[in-house]
Amino acid sequence: MNPWTYLRGHQDDVLHWLWTNAWMAGLPLLVGLTIALPIGYLASRYKWVYPPVVTLAGLLYTIPSLALFIVLPGLLGTKILDAINVAVALTVYTVALLVRVVADALNAVPPDASNAATAMGYTRRQRLFGVELPLAVPVVAAGLRVAAVSNVSLVSVASVIGVPQLGSLFTEGFQSSSYAPILLGLILVVVLALVFDGVILFGARLLTPWLRVVRAR
Amino acid sequence: MIRFESVTKRYPDGTVAVDELSLEAPSHEITVLVGPSGCGKTTSLRMINRMIDPTGGRIWLDDRDISTVPPAQLRRGMGYVIQAAGLFPHRTVVDNIATVPLLLKHDRRQAHAKAMELLERVGLPAHFAKRYPAQLSGGQQQRVGVARALAADPMVMLMDEPFSAVDPVVRAQLQDEFLRLQAELAKTIVFVTHDIDEAIKLGDNVAVLRVGGTLAQLATPAELLSRPADSFVAGFVGRDRGYRALGFTVADALPVHEEATVALGSELADAPGRARDGWVLVLDADRRPEGWLALTGVPASALAGEVRPDLLNLGGTLATQGGTLREALDAALSSPSGRGVIVDDEGRFAGTVSPSEVLARIEAHAEETRHAPAEIAVI
Repeated sequence: MNPWTYLRGHQDDVLHWLWTNAWMAGLPLLVGLTIALPIGYLASRYKWVYPPVVTLAGLLYTIPSLALFIVLPGLLGTKILDAINVAVALTVYTVALLVRVVADALNAVPPDASNAATAMGYTRRQRLFGVELPLAVPVVAAGLRVAAVSNVSLVSVASVIGVPQLGSLFTEGFQSSSYAPILLGLILVVVLALVFDGVILFGARLLTPWLRVVRAR
Repeated sequence: MIRFESVTKRYPDGTVAVDELSLEAPSHEITVLVGPSGCGKTTSLRMINRMIDPTGGRIWLDDRDISTVPPAQLRRGMGYVIQAAGLFPHRTVVDNIATVPLLLKHDRRQAHAKAMELLERVGLPAHFAKRYPAQLSGGQQQRVGVARALAADPMVMLMDEPFSAVDPVVRAQLQDEFLRLQAELAKTIVFVTHDIDEAIKLGDNVAVLRVGGTLAQLATPAELLSRPADSFVAGFVGRDRGYRALGFTVADALPVHEEATVALGSELADAPGRARDGWVLVLDADRRPEGWLALTGVPASALAGEVRPDLLNLGGTLATQGGTLREALDAALSSPSGRGVIVDDEGRFAGTVSPSEVLARIEAHAEETRHAPAEIAVI
């Protein structure tokens, strides 16, 4: 049996898994970015906030995903098989990854540009939204791409605790000693990761027209 | 008018950047703050728009104490130009220029129209409007920086070493255009530089600061060159002071002599009859000097054909009638014939002058200055 015949036989299941995998990886990315932006901003604005925040983020990232999936229901009061646990765990990883990226991206804004903004009469908030965040987009997008790919693959680990998504193809292949579902799972995970990567890349290009012009020169 | 009243900036670690500085930058004039690094010139500039707050003293903008004005509001009324322009890399040239009007919530279309006008005013073509800063050269970026500072038509302009990141040729060009612009706009400008030559070229008034943030001398450029307040200023102002000071004295009453000339393209054989001391001045069709033709030791047989540009000696500089003594002396000293060429405002030949005549004029001028009231230094 090859992956395609397997796909034809289990089309509904596989498509459902693909969709679950997509939102379980994608939603944490959006929520994680929303949480990481203010924390990263604080870490870039106050020098003393940066070391503890970055250290904490690093530690969070080292927690094994399986452990987090199992511990979270106790902390959140959710059921052990609830997909929410996976989404929350991946949000934690996304935040852990992006906090440092956001802080470093804001710190890397050319001081000439932010000084000029101050001297022109920008308030701190206007400067952040009008100058610093737009200039931080390329670096944040690069971090987001790493987080997206890592999320897509981390989701599959959740099949071990019984949350059905593309990872279920691996467990099934393992149980039935068949390579077809495993191969199909691999292909779909890679394709999903590439789609996420492409969407972020495209969004970043839309947000940074000035970089395209300069490259084209 | 901007007035510093015993302004001090002391940092928590005890370093004093500016120490009891009192000075006045008059309205509609360029006041240059100049000094070695560590003299507090940039700190002083940044205290004017409250990028840095002083720890002592007051700064007045006309009759307002600037510490009573909210910083963002104060800054929107002051143009600011920094070294390397500091343009926003993510905005087009026209959006960069329109920054402050848009901050002030001016109509977008009007702000852009004004930005286009300023683009032209600083000497950039209109099609640059949609470019991004990285597509511009350093000098072009600096012009955009100046346009951006002018966009909201501020009374005050603060300029922090605006021309020091470009090469000397572009710098001289930017300086000349800056002076031309200021002649039209008459802003109150405070200009920071470490380059004394730039200070002397641009300043109506020059404040020389010394390390530690104290004022060594505040004077006009001519006074700074002719009467440095102390050995620090004298040393900082540098060599050739006497010669450079001549650049501030108008060479009026110079005796200008008639001179026989030949036209470019005329018969070479006619030249010897018009030469004096073996040299004859060659003019073009509009009577503009082209160069000197040497005739000493040239056999008559070689004098065939026309007076061509490649035969001319171009060593001499030209001085304008009503120009400075420095120009006149330079023209006289550099001329291969020993006779300095004077031209009128249109660049047409007006006559010649000898070095000794210029020197006589310099001596007469020095005589007048010596009899001017002097400030006696008490040591």
